[in-house]
Parts: sequence; C-alpha cells; structure tokens
Amino acid sequence: MNAPNLVKIPEGDLRERLVVVGNGMAGCRAVEEILARDADRFAITIFGAEPRVNYNRIMLSPVLAGEKQFDDIVINTAEWYVENDITLVSGDPVVAIDRAAQTVTSASGRIEAYDRLLIATGSEPFIIPVPGKDLAGVVSFRDLDDVDRMLAAAANGGHAVVIGGGLLGLEAAHGLSLRGMDVTVLHLMPTLMERQLDEAAGWLLKSELERRGQTILTGADTAEILGKDGKVVGVKLKDGREIPASIVVMAVGIRPSTALARQAGLDVERGIMVDDHMVTSDPAVMAVGECVQHRGICYGLVAPLWEMCRSLADAAVAAPTGYTGSVTSTKLKVSGIDLFSAGDFSGGADCEDIVMRDAARGVYKRVIVKENKLVGAVLYGDTADGSWYFDLLKREEDVSDIREALIFGQAFAQGGGALADPNAAVAALSDDAEVCGCNGVTKGTVVSTIKGGACSLDAVRSQCKASASCGSCTGLVESLLKLTLGDDVKSGPKTVCKCTTFSHDDVRRLIVEKELKAIPQVMQELTWKTPDGCASCRPALNYYLLCAWPGEYVDDQQSRFVNERMHANIQKDGTYSVVPRMWGGVTTPDELRAIADAADKYQARLVKVTGGQRIDLFGIKKEDLPAIWGDLNAAGMVSGHAYGKSLRTVKTCVGSEWCRFGTQDSTGLGIKAEQMTWGSWMPHKFKIAVSGCPRNCAEATIKDFGVICVDSGYELHVGGNGGIHVRATDLLSKVTTEQEALDVCAAFIQLYREQAWYLERTAPWIERVGLDYVKAQLFDDPEAVAKLAERFHYSQQFMQDDPWARRAAGEDAELHQHLAEFRPFPTMQMKEAAE
Amino acid sequence: MIGDWIDIGPTTQISPGNARTLPVQGGEEIAIFHTLDNQFYALVNKCPHKHGPLSQGIVHGNVVTCPLHSWNISLKTGEALGDDKGCVPTIPIREDAGRLYLKRDALVSAKAPEAAV
Repeated sequence: MNAPNLVKIPEGDLRERLVVVGNGMAGCRAVEEILARDADRFAITIFGAEPRVNYNRIMLSPVLAGEKQFDDIVINTAEWYVENDITLVSGDPVVAIDRAAQTVTSASGRIEAYDRLLIATGSEPFIIPVPGKDLAGVVSFRDLDDVDRMLAAAANGGHAVVIGGGLLGLEAAHGLSLRGMDVTVLHLMPTLMERQLDEAAGWLLKSELERRGQTILTGADTAEILGKDGKVVGVKLKDGREIPASIVVMAVGIRPSTALARQAGLDVERGIMVDDHMVTSDPAVMAVGECVQHRGICYGLVAPLWEMCRSLADAAVAAPTGYTGSVTSTKLKVSGIDLFSAGDFSGGADCEDIVMRDAARGVYKRVIVKENKLVGAVLYGDTADGSWYFDLLKREEDVSDIREALIFGQAFAQGGGALADPNAAVAALSDDAEVCGCNGVTKGTVVSTIKGGACSLDAVRSQCKASASCGSCTGLVESLLKLTLGDDVKSGPKTVCKCTTFSHDDVRRLIVEKELKAIPQVMQELTWKTPDGCASCRPALNYYLLCAWPGEYVDDQQSRFVNERMHANIQKDGTYSVVPRMWGGVTTPDELRAIADAADKYQARLVKVTGGQRIDLFGIKKEDLPAIWGDLNAAGMVSGHAYGKSLRTVKTCVGSEWCRFGTQDSTGLGIKAEQMTWGSWMPHKFKIAVSGCPRNCAEATIKDFGVICVDSGYELHVGGNGGIHVRATDLLSKVTTEQEALDVCAAFIQLYREQAWYLERTAPWIERVGLDYVKAQLFDDPEAVAKLAERFHYSQQFMQDDPWARRAAGEDAELHQHLAEFRPFPTMQMKEAAE
Repeated sequence: MIGDWIDIGPTTQISPGNARTLPVQGGEEIAIFHTLDNQFYALVNKCPHKHGPLSQGIVHGNVVTCPLHSWNISLKTGEALGDDKGCVPTIPIREDAGRLYLKRDALVSAKAPEAAV
C-alpha cells in the first residue's frame, strides 16, 4: 500500500472514500442523489475520460442540429464540483481496478484508494467489423468530440452516410441534413427504428424523412467502407451499390462498457451484474447506468437512470428501497416529427390491438390492451397523449371503463361518463358539425341521408359521399347509422377482410386515384383497423399494387402465399411439387430426359402428368428446390407457374398440323399464347386452351380463355371453369386471324387483372359483372382492345423473368435453407448450432 | 447459465415477416419467426391440425396462418385461434446482443401433438 502515486487523504478526514469511475449522466446523478441524502458521508472523487464537465448526452442531437450550444447542455458546472467538495479528474480514464487493495489506477498513473467504488462507465458504440471502419471520417455518435468531427465535415458540405436507422442514427442524419449535407441513411432492417415502431409507423417516418430530402435505404447491408489516402470516400453495400460520402456515421447500436469490470473479476454477462440496490458481485463495488445488467436487462435510454440512482443512494446512505426495473418509452428528437412508443407492442392471443388512423392528418395511433390494462402504445403524428398512455401503462391501471374511447386520447376518454361512449360523443355533435372533411359533409346531411333511406355504409357513401374518399370518418358514419337506425343497419358489400371497411372495388380505385404505392401506405391512407393486416388482405393488396404500378411496385414476399413465395406447390407433408413449363404442352426427348434425371437426382416420389398437359414431380424438399430448378433451367425449361395466381397452362390439341379434322394450327397458337401470357400475376389462377376444331379435345370451353378453331377463324370463349361449380364458357367474339385472337386474349386478361377482386376466378367475375359489361368494355370503343393489350404487354416486360433462374442463382437463398441444425446428443459443447 | 440456452446465430438471419427452420436431431423441427413488430418466437414447425409447416405461413401481427388449411396459430402461445382447437409447443427464445438463443431443454423435449385425422 505504499505505491508512490497513491493520493494521500488529508489528515483528519474520517469520511469514507467514494470513487466514481465515469463522469457521465449516471455517475453524476448518483452522486447528486447521495449528496441530497447525506452530503458529508463521503469524500468523493470522480474520474472522467472526456476532458470536460458532465453534460446531457441525450442533448447532443440538438447541438448537432444547431438548436443548442454546448453550454446549454452542461448539467454540472465546474463550480458544482468545487461547491460539493468533489475532486474531478477529467480526461484521465481509470484503466485498472485492484479490488484486493481497493484502489483504482488511471491512464496517467494516478492511484486512488476507495472504500466504496461506483462504476458508471456507460456504453460504447458498436462498430460493425467491415473493411474501412478505421478510416479517417468514420465516426460514431456518442460524445461531443464525435459531434465536433461531424460539424467539421458538414462545413465542407457534400455527402454523408449514416449507418443505422435507429433513434441515434436518425437524429444524426437529421442534424447533418440541417447542416446542409446530402444524407443517406442505411438500415439493415426493412423498417426504421424497428425496435420501437411497427411497420405502419416506420413507413410513415420513412416517407416524412424522404420528403425532407434524406435518402433512406432499408434492407441495406454494408459490405465495406471505401477510402482513398486513408480517408473515407464512400460506402459499398453487399448488393454492389456504392454511395459517396465524405463522412460516415456509425450508429448501429451501443453495448455496455464492461471491460474494466470484467478485468477486475466482477460478474459480467452482457452488462455488469447488479442487484436491486445496484451492488455488483463485490459488496464494495456499485455500478449504475448503461453499463449494468439488472434482472437480465441492459438499458440504453436515460429514464431508467433516475430510478437506478435513487435506489443506489437509498441503499448506500439511507434505507434501502430497491430498483425493480423500468418500463421505457421513446421519443424521436427530430423537430417536426412526432413519434412516441412505449411498452410491449408485440401483441398476443390475449392482447387486443386498437388502431386509429387519420390519413388526412398523417396520424397513426395504436394501443395494446391486455387483461384490461394498457401494455403498449405506438403514436405517430399526434403524440399529445403519449405521456398519458405511458402513465396508464406504468401504473397498470384498469382501463375497462374507458376502453371504448381509449384510442381517442385523454380528453375524450376522461371527458366524463357520457363521452366515454363514442356513439354518445357523436350524438352530442351539433348538426352543422363537419363529419367528412374530404367532401364537406355535415352530420345533419349524413343523418338526413340515412333517414332518406340509405341504411348501409355503402349507401351513405354513394348518396352523400361521406367517408367515400379517405375513409377516416368511417367510424363516425357508422356511429350515425347506429344512432339513427338502431339494429336496422344493413351491411354493405363484402369488404376485403375484417381489417378494413372498404370493398375490393374501393381499394382498387383508391390505390389508383390516390397513387398509393406500398402496402403500409394503403393501410394508413385507407385507415386499416389492424397494424399490419392479415393473411387475407396482405396478398390482395400486394396483387392490387403489382397490377396498378407495373415495374414500379416491388413485390412483397411476406404478403405472398407459400406457393408463390417458394415458386412450387406445397404438399400435405410439407414437401413441394415442381412443374416445368412446356409451351402449349409440347415437349422434346431432351427435355424429358432432363426431367427424368431431375426426378432421379432429387428423389421425386411421384411423377404425374397434370390435367394441363405438364409433368409434375412430387416430394421435392424445400432445400433442393433451387438445385432442381438450376438443372431444369440448364435443359432450357423455366418455371411452369403451376403454383401461382397467374397464367397456369395453355392446353392444346395437335390441330391442323397432324389431325385429320384440324382446321387451324391450334398447337402453334397455343404456344404463342403461352409465350405472350406466361409470368403474369392475376387475381386468381388463369387457364387457357386452344382446340383445333369444334370437337374441342383441349376442353377449351371450361377454361378462363378458350379458343375453338373453325374453318373461317377463331371463336373466343371466356369464363369457363372445371372446378367445384362447373361452368361452360360464354362466347365473347369471333375473329379471323391468329393476331386478333392473341390481341383479344391480352385485352381480356388485362380487363380481368384490372377489375376482378383478388381470388375471384373469371367465372364468378363474369357472373357478377355480366357478359354484356365485359363485351362493352372490350368492344364499345374500337380502341379498347388495343389499349388494354398495350397495358398488358407493358406489364409483361417486368413479369416475364423466370423466378426459378433467379433462385437457382442464389437469390433469397435463406428461404430454402435451414437456419442451422441442432444435434443435442452426441456432444455436450457450449455451442452446437452451426451457422 | 450458459449451456441452458443454445445460440442459433444472429437475428439478421431472419428478416421481419419471415421464418426459418431448425431441425433437431431426434426431435421436432423448430420454426423461428420474426414478426413485422420485430419480435422473435419459436414453435414446433407443425400445425396442430394436420402438421402443416407453420414456417411457410403468412405472418401478420403475432399470428401465423398455416399454409395447408389456413388455421391461425398464435406465435406467443402456440394455440389455434378462432373456432379451431389445438396447440403446438412453443420454445422459449431470447435475443441478446444481436443473437438468438433457444432454451435447450424445451428444444430437446418439444413434441408435436398428434395430428387431427
């Protein structure tokens, strides 16, 4: 104990020596709490790594954005340390703890003895281990030095890249953007701030940031940071894209700073392990803040600090109270964007989601109720009630009395007993109150429309236009129907699903009218009642968007039924069947040999000829699909789309080339039709057949589009079905040339694609709209066939891209691979899972 | 304790809205789901109805719709929702520093119920 550098305690000072490692928000707050309880208990020394006094780290974002200066965010001035008799050792971090001797050693060699030690080392930014991470110009966003580096870069303008679309990354991006830089945010996940936001709110945030001029790339995986002469010049993504940058901010996350505690032999898992009184595995050593792990949780937000420091001080100098963990909430500090999230929004069987969307105001609100208690909330656009929800959540208050009006916020829910019932609130509105802002319809008008005979939502919409545009006042109109008619309200046409009040036709129309181009956007603008839809509406919306915006809309794999996602048909045992395309049902010995080889190689358990004149290989494992497709591709075959809501097959007979009765080249026309239509996504599956004479060997009169060749030309039939309800086709028209037959085929398919409801075959569609309607759409305007066919061909240029070839080349490989394999028995190693 | 939890790799291996599978030698194949709300769940990869591979279903909220007959299964409890009855075992899963861990004993002992006939 006679080390030369040991700092001597003034003689006569009998106070216990408290040494604090870390001059940040946690360390200083803990000291303040201790001083407030017993100012004379300890002789206090604080070590800080940064060469400055304690400041409010969470306010670095406004400093970067130019909204605040450093002086504005200082919490404890130099005078505070003096007044409280605290020794501050700044710019000299502690590098070692000797628990046996009860001393700490700083980088400069200063040794300080302690009776109680408090570790408050906080956290450190996580740096993704990519090439170029150490280049000059690659910074994190953790302290004032980082901010200074960013400001220096911003002074020269140019491009900035922020890696990480979480809270910190977006605040950095906002600051750099305000400082005049051209900012690109790279985020690995598809949703910004996915820890705090659901898909719907994440989408709203992304659109707003893009509107402000930032470029947001989601699903962006950084491969490398590019440099020149030791300085950063850009970022390269794994998909090959390169983004120029004179500064790269790494903000992918933080991890507890535990090296010092670990080296001192304290119990450390992810963070330094502490009990409810913030005491570590050594009773003389306490720890607090982002460096600790309490009851299995490491916090990365500021709010839990206050509670931790309170319980630490209570235990250290007064009566122990104990810390039991924190419920945290998040707000994004980007001016003009209101965003709040708290609690658990993962839902559950016993949880109930209450969603309110106001498309006109850009508001999305979602609260989650479980066992009559609020357990989570996500608010975007209007966060006024955030603190109220957070309070209800923390107090675990029973909300059953205000449940109905909860989503409308505090003013409404607590506005008195009568108002807690939304119907009562609507009843209280005056007659001249505007119900529908889009169409300027008052409550009085809606009520008189209902009294005039409109007894369904749809009737109200068509007669007075209330809720017919954005739909955000649908709830109000429904309340008025209920108030006016009681139980006599009639339900309208079938809605897409329970997630919405809109019908298929309305959704399709509004997607085009309002230029909606993404699933979360449709859900927001059309005020979906669920956060991310269901297994019925997601595939429907995906198809409607794909149809409305060819070449522009990016197909959403998560909204595809398994067969369309896997490009094969799932069977009852979970294996798949594979059907290669055979144009018009014609094949060759070489193709058959390749199919036979593939059947052997991948152990197909059944080889079956299908009703559509194709060969189906059964029992193929999902892991083997890309390989079998590669083999079939190599023999010249592409996906047969036997799995899709798309063109399935064109069935043909041999026609005039071989058959003594044949009148036209039905096989040739079938091949041309299939080459024109393959790959097109449709509301439902679509089958074509071409028969060479009225004997109709290709069974064209039970297909969606059937051609019967006759001596004088081609009879075109539509709307046939051989399924549960057999329906023979209707004759649509008769043409004289192959080209005309193909043009009408393309036009009819496009009409069906643009107008039918998702999962509606042509047969029920034609029954619903009538053959005359279809004829009128196609033939009243002499240009109609050409225009429809043109739209079909335009769309086809994006669709006719063999999905098998892309998968065989490695695209979406994770859909076909197991995550890992677990062998529990042969070995007992710590980590058996192979990646 | 280390050893009670099996490291199955980084969270980024499963994109939101998707599921991946983990065969267990001598046991049941496990489906690990990543919801659009960024939660992770692990269930035996067999629908309680006819053993359809749940990992291949459409995920919405914290529910997966089985690809075979569209039963809706809660990812949290493994129970069939609505009027359907049945339950598939869930495996405790936890996320730590960007990696996923499954509870070893649950993983080894999980057993799918008999399929309905």
